[in-house]
Amino acid sequence: MSTTQRAVATTTTWIDDRIGAGKWLKKNLRKVFPDHWSFMLGEIALYSFILLLLTGVYLTLFFNPSMKEVIYNGSYAPLNGISMTQAYESTLRVSFDVRGGLLVRQIHHWAALLFVASVSVHMLRIFFTGAFRKPRELNWVIGVGLMTLAILEGFAGYSLPDDLLSGTGLRIAQGIVLAIPLVGSYVSSFLFGGEFPGTDFIPRLYSIHILLIPGILLGTLTAHLLLVWYQKHTQFPGPGRTNKNVVGFPLFPVYTAKAGGFFFIVSGIITLMSAMFTINPIWLYGPYVPDQVTAGSQPDWYIGWLDGAVRVIPNWETVIFGHNISWNILLPALIIPGIMFTLLALYPWIEAKATGDKSEHHLLDRPRNAPTRTGLGAMGLSFYILIWISGGNDIIAQAFSWSINSITWTIRVLLIVLPPVVFIITRRICLGLQRRDRDKLIHGRETGIIKRMPSGEYLEVHAPISEASRAKLISARESHYAPLEAGPSHDENGVKAPKKGRLGVKLSNFYFANRVVPPTDEEIAEGQHHAADDLETVRPSGQITSGH
Amino acid sequence: MSQDTSGELEKAQEHEHELEHVLRRTDTNPRAAQRAERQVAIMFGLSMLASIGFVAAYVGISKTASIDIPIIGSIGLLNLTLGLASGLGLFLIGAGAIHWARQLMSDEEIIDERKSFAADDQTRAQVVEDFQQGAEESGFMKRPLIRRTLLAAMALMPIPAIVLLRDLGPLPETKSRNTLWRSGSRIVQDISYKPIRPEDIPLGGLVASALPADLKAIEEEQGTLNERAKASIILVRMAPDEIRSQQIQDGDYQGILAFSKICTHLGCPIALYQQRTKHLLCPCHQSTFDLADSGNVIFGPSARRLPQLAITVDGQGYLVAKEGFQEPVGPSFWERG
Repeated sequence: MSTTQRAVATTTTWIDDRIGAGKWLKKNLRKVFPDHWSFMLGEIALYSFILLLLTGVYLTLFFNPSMKEVIYNGSYAPLNGISMTQAYESTLRVSFDVRGGLLVRQIHHWAALLFVASVSVHMLRIFFTGAFRKPRELNWVIGVGLMTLAILEGFAGYSLPDDLLSGTGLRIAQGIVLAIPLVGSYVSSFLFGGEFPGTDFIPRLYSIHILLIPGILLGTLTAHLLLVWYQKHTQFPGPGRTNKNVVGFPLFPVYTAKAGGFFFIVSGIITLMSAMFTINPIWLYGPYVPDQVTAGSQPDWYIGWLDGAVRVIPNWETVIFGHNISWNILLPALIIPGIMFTLLALYPWIEAKATGDKSEHHLLDRPRNAPTRTGLGAMGLSFYILIWISGGNDIIAQAFSWSINSITWTIRVLLIVLPPVVFIITRRICLGLQRRDRDKLIHGRETGIIKRMPSGEYLEVHAPISEASRAKLISARESHYAPLEAGPSHDENGVKAPKKGRLGVKLSNFYFANRVVPPTDEEIAEGQHHAADDLETVRPSGQITSGH
Repeated sequence: MSQDTSGELEKAQEHEHELEHVLRRTDTNPRAAQRAERQVAIMFGLSMLASIGFVAAYVGISKTASIDIPIIGSIGLLNLTLGLASGLGLFLIGAGAIHWARQLMSDEEIIDERKSFAADDQTRAQVVEDFQQGAEESGFMKRPLIRRTLLAAMALMPIPAIVLLRDLGPLPETKSRNTLWRSGSRIVQDISYKPIRPEDIPLGGLVASALPADLKAIEEEQGTLNERAKASIILVRMAPDEIRSQQIQDGDYQGILAFSKICTHLGCPIALYQQRTKHLLCPCHQSTFDLADSGNVIFGPSARRLPQLAITVDGQGYLVAKEGFQEPVGPSFWERG
């Protein structure tokens, strides 16, 4: 035994004797993780979160979450002598009078933007590849919860410095709270300790931002990762990859180096961005005063869609028996987002109802092989992007000198027309790609060589595809479903069958009535037989073998 | 490699033959491997230099020094150097580790078999049985008195937690209906707090932010911006015949109109006035109000007109409010009516 081996053995024995880590290490030290660039999206989210915790703790050492008014007297000359809250004053101090303070503040802000962005794109990856299917539905729901928390946490942090922009954001949030039927005025008065803006809200938001939400996030995130660990990662189809195995590199050493290294890469890039690109220059906005505002007020990117929804809605408000129901606020700010997130969380069960499939799926779908899901995802995405664009309607109007009214109207119309069109087109594209895959599997790939038959007929010569592409294409079988069929409407005794299950049949037909059936082994064998014949007559010229 | 039974091991090895593996240059050429090793070490070495550079910049560069960079503009030198040094220090460790993993660690894929998460039927049946036995032994179903009182106690238990929140703030009462404006309140400019005479506002002119004269003292006394958030107004002057309608008859003074500055949509202060059309646009969500026509909404998400403040002049010739606002200012709320 070498010295190193002995040292490792002594350490592991010591730990094993006390907490029995030996079995766990034996199982997990060489745990296999599959490799794909898209699996790094969740990692980016995790690493941004770690960076947020570290930089956040540093910022708490200097930030003073108080709304007491003070007169500024510091390094940033343009604001000297101006009255502002201690929250804003201490943010200026960390930005101008603490060496490296601005850097840490900017890392915190850039990491927050990247955190929500990578969570969102990670979720899109999970959705479009069907990674939410059994047995991972619970982790999908946890993920939707994490994304909601991430958005809330971002907004809370953005609101703390009490600059003109964040104060305006809080004013809007308070307006939304006021619109809640029955209790709005009370909730607002309790949240703000009286009227807006009062002096209580920032200290309260502070404990929510640095303790409550991060605490819940940390717990939920841990559960999210434990489930990934326990259920093992999904993998894309390929040679040797099946629904029953996981193919990839071992945790130790390859993933330790890759994932550990990637943490440093993400942190490094965020730090470099914070060195070069100013983010949220609160000193330019000035302190919050409720009767001042700047044109072109924009929230952080992940609030843009909510702001856009609030902008694009028509001005509906009803007054019943002296009580106001502000649909123009409730719909875009509470009801529609509520429906969107609920549908998102329930999606695994909606799709399972259409497939009627109760088996486990560890092999990812190629998006084309689930045309209706991909179409629905693209549809939802187009809706999201449209209301997000609507959140910048004033910026667009100014940049292109367009009328803001026509932009708003255009988006209103597009919001109704575009998503269904996107759905239809996306599904068509998927079905087209599936047909091409089917042809490839049966006839092989096109070589570009045209052969003239003795009869005068022209044929293109096809060559067999590689084993790797075959494994990829044949995975369409795993994703393929025929629509569920309705049972007889009356049983053998002429009694009407219960309606239960009809919805599933309808849903299933919506999903799978249009489909491309993957080729059977016989079809492929026959196709290859033909292709071989074609090849035979051309091969003497030698073009195929050299042209690959 | 999977460490399960030998049967699974064989199966895994069987699969392994199907995995493609292409040898890297570092696998076949020892010199390429040495080169990769050097590259990794260089990255780690540069990271060390960057970390030391950070300390040098921290100590050596003034907080106020700035540097002009083409395209980006003038930026703080300290932030730039500290960020570049620590950013590179981090990035190079990551780049080195990944280069090491990709070039020098084994890149042969291995296979793990997945196991079903589900317990066998017998175990599941046992769980149900155990639970039933426990439930039986507790007598939960047999003793309704205990069950019902427990459920009722659990239902009431959260009430103290909710009641505890009561003192977060006062009841809303009618505060949102009242502003500082009273009959005779003198109108002053924001910031300078100077009273305004009609002749200070030219035809087509605008006072973008005005307040009641007593606001300053009250704000200092209360230490909050609450009254300002409700009382802020905007003054515009147009030719009297340009005024098509008003909320309050003769609410103007020689064509000078006063409106609440707080948007009736979500409470942003409205500031973008177009003199030619007499339209006022909210910068937050683009609700547009026509000040020549009773402050009515002509576009955007707001459902209600901007409340008008009737004005006149006092004995010394300064603009004053004729009376308070006749309707609540700012966003809608349930009790507004």
